[in-house]
Amino acid sequence: MAFIEIERLERSIGAHNILKGIDVSLDKGGFLVLLGPSGCGKSTLLNAIAGLQPPTAGDIRIDGDSVVGLHPSKRDIAMVFQSYALYPNMTVGQNIGFPLEMAGIPKAQREADIATVARTLQIGHLLDRRPAQLSGGQRQRVAMARALVRKPRLFLFDEPLSNLDAKLRVEVRAEIKRLHQQTGATIIYVTHDQIEAMTLATQIVVMKEGEIQQTGTPAEIYNRPANMFVADFMGSPPMNMLPGQVAEDGAHLIPEAAPDTPLPLPAPLAPGRKVVLGIRPENIGDDPTGAVPLRLDLPVEIVEPTGSDVFLWLRLGSALLTARLPGNAQPPVGAPYPVAFDMTRAVVFDADSRQRIA
Amino acid sequence: MATTSPGALRRLQDWLPRLVLAPSFALVLVFVYGFIVWTAVLSMSTSRILPVYKWAGFDAYERLFAQPNWWMALKNLAIFGSLYIIVCIALGLFLAILLDQRIRIEGVLRPIYLYPMALSFVVTGTAWKWFLNPGMGFQNTVRGWGWESFTFDWLVRPDMAIYTVAIAGIWQASGFVMAMFLAGLRGIDSEMLKAATVDGASTFTIYRRIVIPLLRPAFLSAVIVLAHMAIKSYDLVIALTGGGPGNATELPSTFMYSYTFTRSQMAVGSASAMIMLMGIAAIMVPYLYSELREEKR
Ligand SMILES: Nc1ncnc2c1ncn2[C@@H]1O[C@H](COP(=O)(O)OP(=O)(O)O)[C@@H](O)[C@H]1O
Ligand SMILES: [Mg+2]
Repeated sequence: MAFIEIERLERSIGAHNILKGIDVSLDKGGFLVLLGPSGCGKSTLLNAIAGLQPPTAGDIRIDGDSVVGLHPSKRDIAMVFQSYALYPNMTVGQNIGFPLEMAGIPKAQREADIATVARTLQIGHLLDRRPAQLSGGQRQRVAMARALVRKPRLFLFDEPLSNLDAKLRVEVRAEIKRLHQQTGATIIYVTHDQIEAMTLATQIVVMKEGEIQQTGTPAEIYNRPANMFVADFMGSPPMNMLPGQVAEDGAHLIPEAAPDTPLPLPAPLAPGRKVVLGIRPENIGDDPTGAVPLRLDLPVEIVEPTGSDVFLWLRLGSALLTARLPGNAQPPVGAPYPVAFDMTRAVVFDADSRQRIA
Repeated sequence: MATTSPGALRRLQDWLPRLVLAPSFALVLVFVYGFIVWTAVLSMSTSRILPVYKWAGFDAYERLFAQPNWWMALKNLAIFGSLYIIVCIALGLFLAILLDQRIRIEGVLRPIYLYPMALSFVVTGTAWKWFLNPGMGFQNTVRGWGWESFTFDWLVRPDMAIYTVAIAGIWQASGFVMAMFLAGLRGIDSEMLKAATVDGASTFTIYRRIVIPLLRPAFLSAVIVLAHMAIKSYDLVIALTGGGPGNATELPSTFMYSYTFTRSQMAVGSASAMIMLMGIAAIMVPYLYSELREEKR
């Protein structure tokens, strides 16, 4: 029995089904990331777990007991919001102490707890300020402190980093990871950013339009995506997708974009079947060891250096493929460039169902 | 184009707004500030039925504060003003909080509450005069239902008439105050209320500790608007009670009008007008000062 168990959870507003039967389970100390595009129902699911929006059907159990119908304050959870949701009329110290005050903890104990958590998050010098006098990053820390100070059995984060600038986001992300490793807290974390999901999660749940697309570890989600939506959503630049037909021998793909360049499939399939081959940019590129059997000379259309990597846009018939080279590569634009295709890392989807079949 | 060089065009652009505003500026200068000065001068003169420019110092002010009628007006203003401000704010806040619960018929209710503010005070006063008239209004209706001993005759009782003015005024303005509070409530981040709920605060605590403190600017605006409306109240009293019975509902404004224009005591009337101006200034100046300072920051 897992620590958090969500079963066939549904929520609809009028005729609009926002959550269509969600099943999630998470062990104690786990870090679950709900990942999906904006509007897919992530916040709705988190609010249902918090008790802020009741589900229309299904069950939520924490530590074996159903919490459906229980008031949010009785669930022993803490939540961090995208807007930080600090109380502007209170000082930072009062903000952090507010949940303790509501729980009826005596003042002396409160002050001690506030001081401890403020030290952990390095905001001790800000305790007498008001939220309006803080920077975005400082507000974010205060919001986390207000959640941490309660030592709840479950933390909920709703896109806590999306209002920070890129550099700060990386810093705070690392800090959240450190806090999770130090405290062993159980966390459910909502984001639409796949890199955040990959770096933080022990388990990722990919959602789309109120339905779970795939549940798994970051490596499973990235390497063995359940369907084309997940494959496309994870990774930047996204996975290359080549629609085509399985050749007579069942071992090759005839790409629609370039019928005269058959590509070997990672596993044998029924001849004539319509499929989509997916291969990530990092599986197309230089091959100094010479271990990869498939090599093609493809014309370079665009070169995108990012510093750490160089991305190439290569022409294959009527399609463009993205390849990744090391940051020091200097491929010529316009000329053909020899790249190796690591087809063992490729995946194949059914063209109709869009599910992965190999 | 030689005639409209860029320089000339720019000069025209600089001057056009001033040119357009000039007439209204001149009118305001004369009819507001000019007349304030004129009233101040009259209050220091011996004017009775017509303006006379003979210096009398603070004689008119002394006579004003010797008038029991003026003290009556001030006492009534204190009763009316404090009831008007406090009840309007309490009722307005209450209605706003009710409407903020996202009830479905809000679109119907909001205009109903706001509608009284669209009426002129004369209409409000007249309507309430009929409604509160013991012989034909509320009292008569209840008696008609069979409760023969029912009495509600505040309108004609000298000790209670000022409260009927307050009732009519509150009826008219509380919807407006509600709208001000509702706007403030709608501006509050809903995630903050969710956070407070998760933090364990009850609905009552959320309002007391978080929402109402955040409505401070709306409170301040409401007090300012209501206070100066209370001091300026004139048409409501005239239409509802005519200042009576006797002088039971005399307010500084009705006092000023009758002394200046019907009782031939122009200097005393002007002095009362100056006192009212000072009262309003005492409220408005600190407010405007703090507003302007806020803006600069
Ligand atoms: N109060 C509401 N009434 C109607 N639809 C809503 C309401 N709240 C959210 N939705 C809809 O539910 C869907 C999911 O919203 P949300 O959970 O906020 O998405 P996410 O957090 O993944 O961006 C959206 O399509 C949104 O339009
Ligand atoms: Mg959301």
